[in-house]
Amino acid sequence: MINERLRGSAAIAGVGHAGIAYATGFTEMEILVQAAHRAVTDAGLTMQDIDGIATASVSATMWAMPVIEHLGIRPTFIESTMLGGSSFVAHLLPAIHALESGQCNAVLICYGSTQRTSSLSRAEIGKARSKLDPQPYEAPYQPLNPLSSYALAAARHMHQYGTRREHLAEIAVAARKWAQLNPEALMRDPLTIEEVLSARMVSDPLTVRDCCLVTDGAGAVVLVRSDRAKSLKQKPVYVLGSCTAVWNRQISSMHDLTVTAAQQSGRLAYDMAKVGPSDIDVVELYDAFTINTLLFLEDLGFCKKGEGGDFVADGAIAPGGRLPVNTNGGGLSCVHPGMYGIFILIEAVRQLRGECGERQVQGAELALVNGNGGTLSSQSTAILGTEATL
Amino acid sequence: MTSASNNTEGDAAQSVGAELYYRTQLDQGNFVIQRCSACSKAIFYPRMVCPHCGGADLQWFAPSGRGTVYSTTVVRRKPEDGGDYNVALIDLEEGVRMMSRVEGLPPENVRIDMPVKAAIADCPTGKLVVFRPEVAQ
Repeated sequence: MINERLRGSAAIAGVGHAGIAYATGFTEMEILVQAAHRAVTDAGLTMQDIDGIATASVSATMWAMPVIEHLGIRPTFIESTMLGGSSFVAHLLPAIHALESGQCNAVLICYGSTQRTSSLSRAEIGKARSKLDPQPYEAPYQPLNPLSSYALAAARHMHQYGTRREHLAEIAVAARKWAQLNPEALMRDPLTIEEVLSARMVSDPLTVRDCCLVTDGAGAVVLVRSDRAKSLKQKPVYVLGSCTAVWNRQISSMHDLTVTAAQQSGRLAYDMAKVGPSDIDVVELYDAFTINTLLFLEDLGFCKKGEGGDFVADGAIAPGGRLPVNTNGGGLSCVHPGMYGIFILIEAVRQLRGECGERQVQGAELALVNGNGGTLSSQSTAILGTEATL
Repeated sequence: MTSASNNTEGDAAQSVGAELYYRTQLDQGNFVIQRCSACSKAIFYPRMVCPHCGGADLQWFAPSGRGTVYSTTVVRRKPEDGGDYNVALIDLEEGVRMMSRVEGLPPENVRIDMPVKAAIADCPTGKLVVFRPEVAQ
């Protein structure tokens, strides 16, 4: 068992977001700073109280430096490990270590992207990345990545376990039903299983409705030691467990396309938090594609391997179902600005604070967050709880 | 068939990295992969150190070319841009997996578990290992 003494030693004291969906006229740095300011204000702190920074960018490899410069801070803890969309969930554990050791007192985890409205297209970014970060054993076959990698995982799961496209469609429909309860979500029109199935196929078996949105957005959270969180403005949300696992980068190097590294990150996060899947009240999973939700429900122990399809059937993860999953509407229907991980943290915090209005999960005390990065490459699990769970 | 090694103390073939050696062999029409002398496991993509046991003595050899489809997808593309195409993961009988495509049949007809055989195709970016359905003997 690792990090047991760190269980509940730090808490999220503030959250903020900015530029959701369309941030026309703003740069990604500008909306990141807006989100950061809102998170710090939400915590009842000022930017001068921030002495730890954790951030990452899709394109800028030295991203922590301009963020520090814009914010005008002099941090003693700097974390900018880039693990794709899981990065901001992955930044929790090193931040907790830094807080616990006294290296710093308040860590700002932040991200922003204007991929939707930026003049630099995603195709151009993709072209540049293929040169800066080559994958010579996959790129010549022109997988439409990341989508085709997830499609290969979905096809294998369907073959191995009898999972059907209808099961994946259930996940998209459940996300949409949650989004309809969230005034901040981008996609709030009704969506049916039939509409997902008949949507434009992009990389079989995934249609455009099995895929996340492409939006702008920025998010930030402030992490402090728990004793300090108790005296701040908001009800603290304690980090009970946190762990990250990476087994591969390329989908062709994944040992079993139906099993992700969330099995490892989840087990270690549960061990640290001293809870199990049956204790969790609300689940926020990185749903870049419908297959993600299904794989993570299995790998995090909410159902057995191969039974994810039956588990999500009949609206089981939609509002009113057996397990509330992706209560903001997820990357599929709420927001997905390139790296979505910061938003699952924010939604879990808001659920545990009881601030979610119509979509509030009643009596939510324990939340599980699972960030995903790359092409099922990186998994970061965090377990958050209210004071009652300490 | 070649018995070159990545070991830096050896012959001329060892004077370049695994990636360039693989690429050079492929461009000459040879599909080669590696095997670790220490643990005997096959390795793909080309490495400098065995990802199974950490051994550094990796020997190149020509695989049989026989494999099966582990997973498959059809990337949908407008006809004017070249139309739909297949992307597949192939498990070679030596025990390694690689990304490739299965040719010689419509992309949507490629099936998981289908037996396939490697071939070397000419592409604008250089030679490429592709697969074709294996004809029953």
